[in-house]
Amino acid sequence: MLLDPDGRPTAAGKGSLPDAEALLRGLAGMIAARRFNEQAGVLVRQGRLAVYPSSYGQEACQVAAAQVLADGDWLFPTYRDTAAAVARGVDPVEVLGLLKGDWHSGYDPYERNVAPLTTPLATQLPHAVGVAHAARLRGTRTVVLAMCGDGATSEGDFHEALNFAAVFRAPVVFFVQNNQYAISVPLARQSAAPSLAHKGVGYGIPGEHVDGNDLAALLDVLSRAVDRARTGAGPQLVEGRTYRIQAHTNADDATRYRSDDEVTEWAAKDPIARLETYLRAEGILDDTRAAAFAGAAEEVAHRTRDGINRDVEPNPDDLFRFVYAEPTPQLVEQLAMVRDELSREEGHR
Amino acid sequence: MTTIAVEHETLSTAQALNRALRDALAEDPTVLVFGEDVGPLGGVFRVTDGLTAEFGEDRCFDTPLAEAGIAGFAVGLAMNGMRPVMEMQFDAFAYPAFEQVVSHIAKMRNRTRGRVELPLVMRVPYAGGIGGVEHHCDSSEAYFAHTPGLHVVAPSNPADAYSLLRDAIASPDPVVFLEPKKLYWAKGDVALRSGREPGIGTAVVRRQGTDATLIAYGSSVPVAIEAAEVAARDGRSLQVVDLRSLVPFDDATVCGAVESTGRAVVVAEAAGFASVASEIAARVGERCFHSLSAPVRRVTGFDIPYPPPKLEHLQLPSVDRILDAVDDLQWEDA
Repeated sequence: MLLDPDGRPTAAGKGSLPDAEALLRGLAGMIAARRFNEQAGVLVRQGRLAVYPSSYGQEACQVAAAQVLADGDWLFPTYRDTAAAVARGVDPVEVLGLLKGDWHSGYDPYERNVAPLTTPLATQLPHAVGVAHAARLRGTRTVVLAMCGDGATSEGDFHEALNFAAVFRAPVVFFVQNNQYAISVPLARQSAAPSLAHKGVGYGIPGEHVDGNDLAALLDVLSRAVDRARTGAGPQLVEGRTYRIQAHTNADDATRYRSDDEVTEWAAKDPIARLETYLRAEGILDDTRAAAFAGAAEEVAHRTRDGINRDVEPNPDDLFRFVYAEPTPQLVEQLAMVRDELSREEGHR
Repeated sequence: MTTIAVEHETLSTAQALNRALRDALAEDPTVLVFGEDVGPLGGVFRVTDGLTAEFGEDRCFDTPLAEAGIAGFAVGLAMNGMRPVMEMQFDAFAYPAFEQVVSHIAKMRNRTRGRVELPLVMRVPYAGGIGGVEHHCDSSEAYFAHTPGLHVVAPSNPADAYSLLRDAIASPDPVVFLEPKKLYWAKGDVALRSGREPGIGTAVVRRQGTDATLIAYGSSVPVAIEAAEVAARDGRSLQVVDLRSLVPFDDATVCGAVESTGRAVVVAEAAGFASVASEIAARVGERCFHSLSAPVRRVTGFDIPYPPPKLEHLQLPSVDRILDAVDDLQWEDA
């Protein structure tokens, strides 16, 4: 922890905080991420999104994950990391494609080097190792940051990915957002390890845990891990301890498995308030700048709202278009069948 | 692109596969071969023999013993410009990779509207007949063939082993490449070639015949051909179709063959219930009904876990069982 929950530098923080520009950029990102989370929640209530797994309260992790990467690097998000993808520069409307229902991945993963969001847990981690190993074979200095949650650390793919990364010294940073719950199941039922960061030990990977609501500490730890990976020193595991302030999704009822007191306690450790307090106390942030950040966040929300409210007529041909490079003869027949059905429906109208 | 047959050699299936990997590695620096024991050992069936020595540890290498990790690693390599060829040591050892295969390898292109291609190959030694222990003899093709987004091929001889593996490596789509274990040591003439010409998806009439059509693939093709030879001595002319590719499925060749004889028997080692053989029988029934003089018969493995070595001969489709099925094709109406 570099900044305590009240925004005061800790003993460790004094003298080792990231520079003011990085902190301001992070704050702007978190304000935009929070606004994006709120906007997506509204769009669910309005029926414009089928579902939204919110990262409300986890904005420091979301923003830091994107901020520590260079342009050519790769980010492997989970389905809860839409705000991280937006912070990385993915279009906020496209990033919600999966949840809007137009298509599975709404964005081109190669545009910002952000892997597609999917719902299976930890399966993206071996992919991240493969991308990193290919980067090494190709002689590029690409680093891959792969995200997962506390629940995903129980999956076999998490362990296989860490092991592969270690054996091949792949330039991967595994970033676990420990938000204390896997839907309803608390951390104590996922793991008896002293910390999730300990899970690196068995694979020969350094593990570090960090206050996941302290953007300054996250930038510090993750940047060092990314730099280390870039120099060829191998992978690292970082556990960010944070909290999922909202339910798993809108379809979940968090009151069935946790107390309001617990939520209140974590809300007091809010990552945005903490950094804002510090930056104002230091005279780095003033009202003009704060208003500019709020305005930029509002702009993201506006674009998100507009884009999601715009209905895109789905093309039935798309059902068959992307299964293979060339459709099989069977898919050609099935496409003709669907077209025929639709044309007859059209005839009945 | 043109295919140039540069030379012919007599090779076993395992040697033909080795040659295909070697030629692909030599031609394309993005081709990577990896899996369990494929490095210095050369694979438990020696299919990767000598490749690490020839191309170095970056091109042909051992991985940790974790099949989901291998498959997921291949996804990432392919996402970043490589053409991974991974080996699953045995059919049943591929099951830990199943989620990666079904949920990601098969779906990535579709998920990303064609933006992310996964030109990768998963080689799987499959099927029985070698006296193998449990978990070494499964015919797992139905699991893969049932999954949209995968191509599934199974050669039945050294020449196809070479050319189909070259095709699979050159394909822009993921290919599950099923290698019949019992044919690894069978020798044959192999036309070697340079250049790429993906040609997955065509069946071939392996033996001409006029009375009935045997439809087989992979390890069952030699048995079907033997059955046809025996039947010929009894004056019955059986045609043999070798599918080579289960997905895409060559309806045109299969239906053309069945229509020419009016009778069909599907031969496959896998348990018959909900199998590839069942799919073929259904397709032939739907498409060739008016040409059929008898219902399509299936000769498959029984619906049991693969038996221990001393009983496996009862599980595998045999010449006698195929000929019994042929005898049942309502010849009294002929």
